[in-house]
Amino acid sequence: MERTRRNILKLFGITALGVSAKPVLNAFAKEQGHPAEPQIRKGEKALKAKQWAMVIDTRQFHSAHDLDPIIEACHHAHNVPAFENKNHEIKWIWDEKYHHAFPNKTTKFLNESVEHRPFLVLCNHCENPPCCRACPTKATFKRESDGIVLMDFHRCIGCRFCMAACPYGSRSFNFRDPRPGIAEQNDQFPTRMKGVVEKCNFCAERLAVGELPYCVKASNGAIKVGDLYDPDSEVRQLLKENYTIRRKQALGTEPSVYYIV
Amino acid sequence: MLEFAFKGSKKYYGWMTGLLVLIGIGFLVYLKQLDVGLGITGMSRDVSWGFYIANFTFLVGVAAGGVMVVLPYYLHDYKAFGRITILGEFLAIASVVMCVTFILVDLGQPMRVFNVFIYMSPNSVLFWDTVVLQGYLLLNLIIGWNVLEAERNGVHYQPWLKPLIYLSIPWAVSIHTVTAYLYCGLPGRGFWMTAILAPRFLASAFAAGPALLILLCMIVRKTTHFDPGKEQIQSLAKIVAYAICVNVFFLLCEVFVAFYSKIPEHTDHLKYLYAGLHGHNLLVPWMWASLILMAIGIVLLVNPVTRKNESVLTVACIVIFIGTYIDKGLGMISGGFVPNPLHHINEYWPTLPEAMITLGIWALGFLILTVLFKMAIGVKEEVRA
Repeated sequence: MERTRRNILKLFGITALGVSAKPVLNAFAKEQGHPAEPQIRKGEKALKAKQWAMVIDTRQFHSAHDLDPIIEACHHAHNVPAFENKNHEIKWIWDEKYHHAFPNKTTKFLNESVEHRPFLVLCNHCENPPCCRACPTKATFKRESDGIVLMDFHRCIGCRFCMAACPYGSRSFNFRDPRPGIAEQNDQFPTRMKGVVEKCNFCAERLAVGELPYCVKASNGAIKVGDLYDPDSEVRQLLKENYTIRRKQALGTEPSVYYIV
Repeated sequence: MLEFAFKGSKKYYGWMTGLLVLIGIGFLVYLKQLDVGLGITGMSRDVSWGFYIANFTFLVGVAAGGVMVVLPYYLHDYKAFGRITILGEFLAIASVVMCVTFILVDLGQPMRVFNVFIYMSPNSVLFWDTVVLQGYLLLNLIIGWNVLEAERNGVHYQPWLKPLIYLSIPWAVSIHTVTAYLYCGLPGRGFWMTAILAPRFLASAFAAGPALLILLCMIVRKTTHFDPGKEQIQSLAKIVAYAICVNVFFLLCEVFVAFYSKIPEHTDHLKYLYAGLHGHNLLVPWMWASLILMAIGIVLLVNPVTRKNESVLTVACIVIFIGTYIDKGLGMISGGFVPNPLHHINEYWPTLPEAMITLGIWALGFLILTVLFKMAIGVKEEVRA
């Protein structure tokens, strides 16, 4: 086609017509007042909360062996790979000694049972998460409906700003393709690709179908989850009856994982 | 004006070919990184930013340093700098291009980089960093090109450039401020959590940038018929002298606050860098080398006798450039990640592929710089003749 003024004006005309036709098509697509846009609704069985929280009764754990089934359950279900090279390590939930889990709450002469006790650490699903503030693409975000801090693996550009921002070291980066490191793949949960960040998702996929997180299920009652803002919830009962601590409370991030020591 | 870049001596073509080879090698290694992932670098779960981000941070400083010739000329009407403002602006352009490239190679999913604009997140400092860096690149391109073209045509540059030139001055400060804010606003990273980080970055930038510019002026004088001028170089040297003193002063302020308060979260990182922590001391010799180099630089530049001697001045600029590069390029980023938030110590050292990609990006920067300088000097020689 010749690029004359006349032809270009024609093209503008057709484009304008097309653009103005869109609302008309939308109107036709609507059915008796129901909007045509897709809607996301919660499943009928879905577990709901204003802010999910977790209480870990650390008194019930005595050695790292007690934590193994919990970590294994989570990592297996979420296709978390295992690599020899420590630099490429991916972990969603793991065990630490007290003075690593709570580096600013140590004393010189620590209670012996606490000193030897394993502590489970994971994403704290902070009420005020620094990682979400740092993300330049909103690939990591705090879900408004229930306060879980989630990751969109397809949007993440792999800048790792969230890893620098997290004061708990809860995030892992896929330094290589994770798939060869997965011993037995769970087809119910997506695997990731190289170059994106990942972390604990509070088993959002299980809460959606009315199931409790894998770690809770594997913990023999040592881990409880519930709504932090429901005064009658199980976690609130535990918080009322027990003295609990959180990791790096002084930073103001408001972690949602509480520890009974 | 680009035609000047294609006319050169054999030496010039040899230099450009050498740079192209380095760029080519870097690019091939980068293809490998794209294929395997960032696992070919020395970065880890604990030290999640490494050499790329460190070089980026340093070069933002070099880019901002260009303002040290622009500001005296346009705001204080210091006429001598009129001869070399274009060199400062072109140095800024090459540096910003290197910065952007370093960010790109550091991304795990570079093909998704436009997500930063599709899902704009004004609460992320990284978003603002891309905005200010691109703005600065654009400002310097427009200003540098138009001013040079006007010089070639023997006319005064167009009046609409003036507001852009004034804007470029605070903009230069902004790029390094925003870059410092990437680090100093993060809870739980005691080493960076200091309000003096942005001023300290600027101080080291105003030392490293002009120091490099002095060295470039010396090279230009030796290899072309254009002399940037004795007075110009001496004035730049005074700027470097003040800036490097302020930089070391700021570092000492950090040391005082950390060690008088004795708060472990602040002292641990400094201990790791300058003395070693629990037997981990990979960076200790480097950090002391950096301090000693900067100290030598101060002695040589503050003393007027040594500063006025141009061969001593060259040495001073080299030691200051290397000293600030180690300080920011090796210490500033790893230092913040070691020990990690759980007080585990995992040290970081760049791998060979990482170093080759880095070298390739520096070569790219120098290629752009050479083309731009060739143009600027070609015009200046033509106008004089």
